[in-house]
Amino acid sequence: MSKKQSFLTKYIFSQDHKVVGVQYMILGLLMALVGGYLAYVFRYQLAYPNQSIPGYGVLEADKYNSAVTMHGTIMVFWVAMPILLSGFGNYLLPLMVGAKDMAFPKLNMLSFWVFFVSALTLISSFFVPEGAVGGGWTTYPPLMANPGFTGVGWGAPLWILAVALEFASMLMSGINFLTTTITMRAKGMTFFRMPLFVWMANVASLIFMFSVGPLIAGALMLLADQLFAVGFFLPEKGGDPLLFQHLFWFFGHPEVYVLLLPALGIVAEIITVFSRKSIFGYKMIIYSVLVAGVLSFLVWAHHQFVSGIDPRIAAPFGLTTILISVPFAITMFAYIASLWGGQVRFSTAMLFAISMIVEFLLGGVTGILNGATASDIYMHDTYFVVAHFHYTLFPIVFLTSFAGIYFWFPKIFGRFMNETWGKIHFWITAISANFVFLPLFFVGIAGNHRRIYDPSLFEHLKDFQYLHVISTIGLFVLIGAQVPFILNFFISMFKGKKATENPWEANTLEWQAPSPPGHGNFITDPVVHRWPYDYSLENTEKDWCPQTEAI
Amino acid sequence: MSSSSILNTNPTHEVEQTTCLNVPNHRWGMWWFLGGEVAVFGGILAVFILFRLRNPEWAQEAAHTLTWVGSVNTVILLTSSLTMILAHHFVTGGGAQGLTLEQRASKGALFILLTNLLGISFVSLKIYGYTHEWHAGYTPERSLFWGFYYFMTGLHALHLIAGLVANSVVWVNLMKKRNLQRVESVGIYWHFVDLVWIYLFPLLYLEVSSGG
Repeated sequence: MSKKQSFLTKYIFSQDHKVVGVQYMILGLLMALVGGYLAYVFRYQLAYPNQSIPGYGVLEADKYNSAVTMHGTIMVFWVAMPILLSGFGNYLLPLMVGAKDMAFPKLNMLSFWVFFVSALTLISSFFVPEGAVGGGWTTYPPLMANPGFTGVGWGAPLWILAVALEFASMLMSGINFLTTTITMRAKGMTFFRMPLFVWMANVASLIFMFSVGPLIAGALMLLADQLFAVGFFLPEKGGDPLLFQHLFWFFGHPEVYVLLLPALGIVAEIITVFSRKSIFGYKMIIYSVLVAGVLSFLVWAHHQFVSGIDPRIAAPFGLTTILISVPFAITMFAYIASLWGGQVRFSTAMLFAISMIVEFLLGGVTGILNGATASDIYMHDTYFVVAHFHYTLFPIVFLTSFAGIYFWFPKIFGRFMNETWGKIHFWITAISANFVFLPLFFVGIAGNHRRIYDPSLFEHLKDFQYLHVISTIGLFVLIGAQVPFILNFFISMFKGKKATENPWEANTLEWQAPSPPGHGNFITDPVVHRWPYDYSLENTEKDWCPQTEAI
Repeated sequence: MSSSSILNTNPTHEVEQTTCLNVPNHRWGMWWFLGGEVAVFGGILAVFILFRLRNPEWAQEAAHTLTWVGSVNTVILLTSSLTMILAHHFVTGGGAQGLTLEQRASKGALFILLTNLLGISFVSLKIYGYTHEWHAGYTPERSLFWGFYYFMTGLHALHLIAGLVANSVVWVNLMKKRNLQRVESVGIYWHFVDLVWIYLFPLLYLEVSSGG
């Protein structure tokens, strides 16, 4: 492994899983800036309709549609996926199972570069004639199937192309994750000694792999409709627009769990380390997640309760939707039980992990109202739904990613991030997020439809305009709070306090490798003797016990 | 089955070959990939069957596809699966014959070449069929059946062409006596593409009228 590497092969076209992971993370964070900017633009319009937006200008109605569509698309596919699954997954998975690299390093490099091209494709769609697609991130036909409706010439096909490339990239990652976990584990690393993050990343990969196929098919059919007017989804040609909704949500809902599971894995690792206590119900969490993985394929039609599906179909989907909250409730309770009685160390990473549990809970319980057909028919397509999924996705994507970055930064770069600035970042982020999303529940219940460009035009919404203003001001604060994070990130990379091999006194294998680990990861091949959650054992000097330690 | 260590003849391979349940990495990888592919074609087939049940009159449309092209292509593709199996049979040692590495590679290369020739005949005949049908007025404009027909067979043909490219890479490897284990990977993929056709042929070419 001591082959000389040029800058190009070491940092750009690298086959090292750690470099690929960091590339995914950084590209994901850059895309988050784009997604955040779009949120700023359309939230400004919602709070102060038709005024000139600093840094943008006046937002026209069609550009408003583009902005919300691209915000959703970018945040789900180009921020959440690359950071949580591909970024942390690539960096951590081989280290955690004790492998030298991924099973297919070349495929891994290819997966990142396909992802890079997909990001460029998506961004380029802002600059083509008539701009980016504005049909909503779900891209429902017939709106999206007919160029005459959307008024978008190039944006829609480019959107499909970008998403297809992104899926291909994620499939390659998934194949690597599963194969690496199955065949490359260190000696003694049985499946039930693997850290929860490894379990979660693999179940997420499996869910993705078996749910995305129908949407790939659906996307190609949509492309055929747009370019050649075939009419798979156009009723006047014998097609069926509902079909696309089925294909989209057959993937779209499992996708939620593809994002949630790696996040839960990250939170599990952080909570045990900083509460100095073993995880509560390790196997129970794994079984819950497996059950949730199966159930996630049976809930999709709850997005279509008002789309004209047969009510006899709606009832069982409502049932499975409420059922799937059970395994996740079990997982959440297991995490809270892991905190119970622990000697909690409130590092920045731990604060973010705990805030993830707290804020995700609010997203989880409001989901019940959407899953129950009776209340969903009232709530559907209002800001209540928007508030609900932002309360799930903001903790999953941002709070968890921040937790993971503060936690693994010493391993990735060999230096600590500044804790004081980290805590300032944490408190402002965690609190201001509630100012952004909590008011949206109330405007939603008041009847504000989620795709309205200018709420001030509606008499019944006039009294609730102040809630939009609160939400938008909350967003300004939230975006501002990221400035210390970005500075902290780059300054600490070069100037931060040096980290030792195992600065947090953790058990999992990545902390047995040097900080940062070289190409090939471990100095000597690790041999595993125990599960990763032995903290505060009796009759031991130190209060942790690495997986490589035999007693 | 022979283990991967015998087949892995490339000493410069950077990552060590590891196995689980005696299944080497490349086979795990290929099966996971095909798992994803099954979901793609599974979705398409399910959608088509639902539409087909809703539109009994599509039986008349199916009667206009060139059945002889479909039938001959079915025979071609099944034969190509046989040559692919023979390629794998020879690179893994040719049964009890005890072949040398050179013999294994060269016989494997021959049968990969035959597989590709059959694959190219399939695509050529398919193109003949498309042009014939298109010029006779059976375009997607006519009815959604033809939209599905071109979409499903087109996607299948693209997969087959990808298989031809992969086979060619493996053929070059075999000519250089390298990476014999790759025959298995392209073989699994080739059989999958064959299997998809086994579903497409009766659904699109054979005139099945519902309710007699």
